[in-house]
Amino acid sequence: MKLNFVILIALVLFSLWTVMTRSLIRSAIGLALTSAILTIAMFRLNSPIAAVFELSVCAGLISVLFVSTISLTHPETREEAMQHMKDRLTRFWYLPVIVIVAVVILSAMRMNLHFNLPTPDAEKDVQSVMWNLRQLDLFGQIIVLLTGVFGVVILLKEAKKK
Amino acid sequence: MTPQSLDVFCFFCPFVLVLFIIGLYCVIVTTNLIRALIGIEILIKAVTLLLIVAGYITGHVALAQSLVITLVVIEVVFMVVAVGVVLGAYQHYNSLDAGNLRKLKG
Repeated sequence: MKLNFVILIALVLFSLWTVMTRSLIRSAIGLALTSAILTIAMFRLNSPIAAVFELSVCAGLISVLFVSTISLTHPETREEAMQHMKDRLTRFWYLPVIVIVAVVILSAMRMNLHFNLPTPDAEKDVQSVMWNLRQLDLFGQIIVLLTGVFGVVILLKEAKKK
Repeated sequence: MTPQSLDVFCFFCPFVLVLFIIGLYCVIVTTNLIRALIGIEILIKAVTLLLIVAGYITGHVALAQSLVITLVVIEVVFMVVAVGVVLGAYQHYNSLDAGNLRKLKG
């Protein structure tokens, strides 16, 4: 259980680094690391198939997408980045305080580190759940995928016209 | 829910909430469009972890996994379209500032 605690702390730290770092490329790398740590947590919670999806798609594909987008745009200069950071700190100084207070309150809740994870009952495998119980989800996924493809095609067409 | 399951939930829930607050902070504070997308990604990660934990403590791991797979597919499509919109805005304004999108008409 202590290992789970370390994994979750690492997850929070990497996501904090992702949000707070000035460089966008470092943010994208931090997001990939957050996904990788989440994958480990998912493996430990007996969800290997979802974990593989998370690792290959979120840590892989989406990171590549972000890195290529960042490379297609020009980065902020150091002065601009510093100015943005100052603006953020003056406008939203209370948000980090809220985060710290939330962490203190939540950690004061009952957190028992010494227990064993219960072994879940053997359920039907993911394939049978996916194909038999959640057929409508698959239909929705196909519609969303087609919508995404059409959206990208229209965006590219508009970019070509310009 | 057994007391043991409640223990597991109480163990994971604070981290899920902190992750959610971090993502929300990123989305609220930033004016950079790419950074806002990164914040949304962190929010989705918090939801993913909550789904997996809920599946684990109720014993419906397969159902939780199938929901997470659906979530990942929708997340990817959303990100691809959002990145396309961000690049379009960048080509139009030569800037990634979200404030420029207020000037859009129609």
